[in-house]
Amino acid sequence: MTDAPVLLSLRNITKRFGALTANDAISLDLHRGEILALLGENGAGKTTLMNILFGHYVQDEGDVRVLADDGALATLPPGSPGAALKAGIGMVHQHFTLAENLSGLANIRLGTEPLLSFGRESAARAKVKKIITESGLDVDLDRRVADLTVGEKQRIEILKALYRDAKVLILDEPTAVLTPQEAEGLFVVLRRLATNGLGVIFISHKLGEVLAVSHRILVLRAGKKAGELVTAQADRRAIADLMVGKAVAEVVRIPALPGETLMEFDDVSLHGAGRQALSGVNLKLRAGEIVGLAGVSGNGQSGIAALISGLAVPSSGTLRLYGEAVTKASPRDLVTSGVARMPEDRQHDGVVGTMSVADNIAIEEVRSPAFSKMGLLDRKAMRERATAAISGYDVRCPGPDAEARLLSGGNVQKLILARVLEREPRVILANQPTRGLDVGAQAEVHRRILAARDRGAAVLVISEDLDELFALADRFVVVHAGELSDAGSSESLDRGTIGLMMAGQARPPVGIAS
Amino acid sequence: MDVLFDILGSANFWAAAIRIATPLIFGVLGALICERAGVLNLGIEGIFVAGAMAGWLAVYLGAGLWGGVLVAALAGALFGLLHAFLTVILGLSQHVSGIGITLLATSVSYFTYRTALPDVTSPPRIAAFQPLNIPGLSDLPFIGPALFQQTPLTFLALVFVVLVALVLYRTPLGLAIRAVGDNPASVEAQGLSVVGLRVGAVVAGSALMALGGAFLTMSAFDAFFFGMVNGRGWICIALVVFASWQPGKALLGALLFGAFDAFQIRLQAQIGQVVPGQVFLMLPYLLSIVALILVARRADYPRALLQPWTKGQRH
Repeated sequence: MTDAPVLLSLRNITKRFGALTANDAISLDLHRGEILALLGENGAGKTTLMNILFGHYVQDEGDVRVLADDGALATLPPGSPGAALKAGIGMVHQHFTLAENLSGLANIRLGTEPLLSFGRESAARAKVKKIITESGLDVDLDRRVADLTVGEKQRIEILKALYRDAKVLILDEPTAVLTPQEAEGLFVVLRRLATNGLGVIFISHKLGEVLAVSHRILVLRAGKKAGELVTAQADRRAIADLMVGKAVAEVVRIPALPGETLMEFDDVSLHGAGRQALSGVNLKLRAGEIVGLAGVSGNGQSGIAALISGLAVPSSGTLRLYGEAVTKASPRDLVTSGVARMPEDRQHDGVVGTMSVADNIAIEEVRSPAFSKMGLLDRKAMRERATAAISGYDVRCPGPDAEARLLSGGNVQKLILARVLEREPRVILANQPTRGLDVGAQAEVHRRILAARDRGAAVLVISEDLDELFALADRFVVVHAGELSDAGSSESLDRGTIGLMMAGQARPPVGIAS
Repeated sequence: MDVLFDILGSANFWAAAIRIATPLIFGVLGALICERAGVLNLGIEGIFVAGAMAGWLAVYLGAGLWGGVLVAALAGALFGLLHAFLTVILGLSQHVSGIGITLLATSVSYFTYRTALPDVTSPPRIAAFQPLNIPGLSDLPFIGPALFQQTPLTFLALVFVVLVALVLYRTPLGLAIRAVGDNPASVEAQGLSVVGLRVGAVVAGSALMALGGAFLTMSAFDAFFFGMVNGRGWICIALVVFASWQPGKALLGALLFGAFDAFQIRLQAQIGQVVPGQVFLMLPYLLSIVALILVARRADYPRALLQPWTKGQRH
């Protein structure tokens, strides 16, 4: 592999944001035909590095060199996406940069033809068709992007880069939005492109897929290069430790002992403006059991979350809590009767950023005698509870009076855990509980959720991360297009079955009682 | 019923409808270009006034009629540039800036008019555009006087409908404008300048709006009065939504409004003794509100409309 010519070379890239050094003297080489994985936790500096490479950010030190047509490495002018494009660097961002009102072909052509001309649509189409044949990136070029699936949008993004004759393709967390099957399809395409001579940089924090697709792995930790290894010789455990910088304790899950049904969806449908529809959902949440809800986001998860959170009531069917029908949309009633919620967008829906940690700890229970005396808030009690939460749940912050918006995502989640779990809730909704958290915080959240289950709580975990669901769930349900199917016990399942169900292509395995 | 057929059967009515629609066609095309690029331009009402005043004054001071049209367009472009600077480059609220531009452009125009002509009591007149006589077409019975006896600016407006549609849907520039109004990140990622496209669109759109104003003083009338724009700019803002940001439908919307307005004027003359005149004046506005309620609920807004953009930003 190292015999192939170097396509791209980063030399001592350093980037600081105020006191934070996001990239500290990072160097890397990418060869022709190579898939290089850039692996690291959130905040390790992966995306910053790629944004420098693509000219979105300007580095403080170091330079980027790209193989030029004359065979020498030429330095790329910093801070210019145009120059990066011209030098043959194509980037597929985590959030797609597509104009949804235009067709796929129009998005691919955008910016490649002189503005004041009639364009060259048929020539462009022919070239894209040729690329599709060579790469296997099959997609309908004439549909409006808004009508394409996420996987198809991603293919348009890759085609955009290839259409501009990219020599280097950067993919930022490309599988985050894909079903396992779509991800596998992407890997096939990437291997094929690499065989044809493209250099690929694959950014990810998922170890499994990095091992599956890459030739070489570069591990970043806290802005520094923590290690560089050849994938074929890499050991999973060793890479995980490199990423985190310390040995990560495995979270152990003992088999569940499900008890009585605490919450039950009985043929529940939900429709209405601005909500993902649900139709005929049946689901039982039992004491001492974790149910994992898998699905590609946007298939009805938010509807289920809204129902459990008391933000909505079923349009038809019945939602029962402890056997009694919930007829009124009242978050407060649910909270007082023992339902805990970890919202999907924790920064937005989980805390009030401009209020203190203590206020946020007490916010769901301001009427309870624990926090109020004769209708007035008991500040002292609130601060005491907050101080206890900060040490008990390892919330890293300056103190109970610090504003919640200053906390990092992981610490906000720990704050929310402290708030909801200290009440010993009987039903817990954990919606994307560890999205965006690093491995350490992730393990802590998982440990707390499992402990709550062992105490006898009924838990529903909604996640797009199958690894997380397999780590936590005793039982799986899959949501697709507003319909829920029972996938059965997690012991009897494999990722492929779940993936097909997420794509709506398979019914659950036969013979499983719900 | 007889009244209705009398009105619809007169060539004069159709000619008036097209005449009333002309400034709206300019205005709605201008607003459409701005909004397609993601910038709402509420400066339109003031830019109409500026175009009306600047074009008229240039001709009054000795410029040719087409010279006046050019001056009007430049005046519009200038206020457009200011709006673009505030909203695109500084990223300020498009609503606030737009209203500010309207107030500023209106007062600057009145001020300039008063300063240039301190002593006049009745508005001076210019030799305005006259209806074109197109050999063959203008002499056709009914059709001729109904459709083909308009001034050159009306035909220019129609040419712009085709031109704007052509640019928007058939050129890479149009592609980029539609893209920047939907998702600026798509444009930036492809190496084009979000700021450049948006500033350009706002300036060009504002120049077109000013032509709508120029039509009033140089074609529909031959003098400049205070308050003569009278809400036409605001109507254009509503018409853009009605038109779903498409030039063809924009023309249709402007013509419909023109027809309603021409109709109410004639209806007033016929049965004005029974119903107060103000009711008729309200008619086209009421109808445009009704049309908006029917159309706008399903409207497919440019997704990035009203959203400022900073370089390197991700959404």
